[in-house]
Amino acid sequence: MSDDRAVKISVKNLKKSFGELRVLKDISIDVAEGEVVVVIGPSGSGKSTFLRCLNRLEESNGGSIIIDGKNITDKKLNLNKIRENIGMVFQHFNLFNNLNVLDNMTLAPVELKKCSAEEAKDRAEKMLEKVGLSEKTEAFPSQLSGGQKQRVAIARALCMQPDIMLFDEPTSALDPEMVGEVLNVMKNLAAEGMTMVIVTHEMGFAREVADRIIFMDGGYIIEEGTPDELLGNPKEQRTRDFLDKVL
Amino acid sequence: MYRIITVYGGMLLEAMGRTLILALLGLFFACIIGLFFGILSVIKNRVCNVISQIFVDVIRGVPMIVLAFFIYFGVPYFFNTIIGGYNMTLSALQAGTACLALNCGAYMSEIIRAGIQSVDVGQMEAARSLGLSYATSMRKVVLPQAIRTMIPSIINQFIITLKDTSILSVIGFPELVNTAKNVQANTFMAFQTWAIVGVMYLCVITILSRSAKVVERRLNVGR
Repeated sequence: MSDDRAVKISVKNLKKSFGELRVLKDISIDVAEGEVVVVIGPSGSGKSTFLRCLNRLEESNGGSIIIDGKNITDKKLNLNKIRENIGMVFQHFNLFNNLNVLDNMTLAPVELKKCSAEEAKDRAEKMLEKVGLSEKTEAFPSQLSGGQKQRVAIARALCMQPDIMLFDEPTSALDPEMVGEVLNVMKNLAAEGMTMVIVTHEMGFAREVADRIIFMDGGYIIEEGTPDELLGNPKEQRTRDFLDKVL
Repeated sequence: MYRIITVYGGMLLEAMGRTLILALLGLFFACIIGLFFGILSVIKNRVCNVISQIFVDVIRGVPMIVLAFFIYFGVPYFFNTIIGGYNMTLSALQAGTACLALNCGAYMSEIIRAGIQSVDVGQMEAARSLGLSYATSMRKVVLPQAIRTMIPSIINQFIITLKDTSILSVIGFPELVNTAKNVQANTFMAFQTWAIVGVMYLCVITILSRSAKVVERRLNVGR
């Protein structure tokens, strides 16, 4: 389905252990440019660890991750430069509590000399408008609701103008009525052609926006396919068992 | 009482001044030492962590009076007699400053370590995920948050250090207690002398802790 598009992320035989615990046993997957890949699976299956390996918040113990032709598991590589192009959104938002919304968004672009303070501010305001929070520039994170925090976190990541966005259960810590506003922002982003890898439990959202869904369990990718294939007609017993529980 | 104040008041005030100078010098270097070892204990490097831990354990495990004698008498003896060939002398102020700085620095390092560790790891991860370096993330995101939680403990440590200067009377530095001993020897009015000295400490420390409260409240604005 994505043969005509260039490969953006190529993961081969990725392995990761925490001490004795083998979390990722053998993960291989290609993500095409502009593709939206949703990763589902039971807790402890390694979804988040897999995602965190993609920007080396976790160091892998084997295999390779090639992003834009560069093997990011190479220790000699300038990791910070790579990360500038990979935005990440966390389950617990992780907005900088000591900075207001605007400073949260302009800190990295200005520190890393991506643009002047003026440009950073303009861009931040544009991004805030996009996520529907223009009036919150001066607010501190503690004054925002969960949904607002997560939308700011997405906007903050976008201010670095990344090519890839990683989402680590972005709606899991939200009150139910705030889930929609965050998913909407993500839907718009997907429609704009952003390459996205999303770990989530929102099956409805996955069905709607995913180009491809990956089901992980026990440190392996058990099954992958389009939403219709994977959610509608899973081939593996383990996938069926999981979907029976969550759908 | 009245006679002590009129005759020895100026002397005691000057001694209080020297006490404050000693405390400030000690605190200044203690902050540097504390920040250095505090950061050494949180960075991801086993060797640095162990070095910092050893420093803290040694200083915490030795009474300050022993440290004071060791620095004032022991260190020059080591260079001049054991190694030989040196002619090292330490003034009571130098030795006292070093002693306070090391002692307070060890506790400060623990306060700073705890403060940094109290900041959610997600803050560092988010900063790193944007491409910021460890140092920038620490400076712009983690430390500003850590300092807020550290302030009460740091002020407490300042007060303890100010009081600890009295221990340095044993190496002959003419701070308040040392001076008061002379006043007592001259007047034989022990009750009055030590009451006055106690009130003097109390005043300075009360001013210090009150102004600390103000600073604390200012820092919490916008939180």
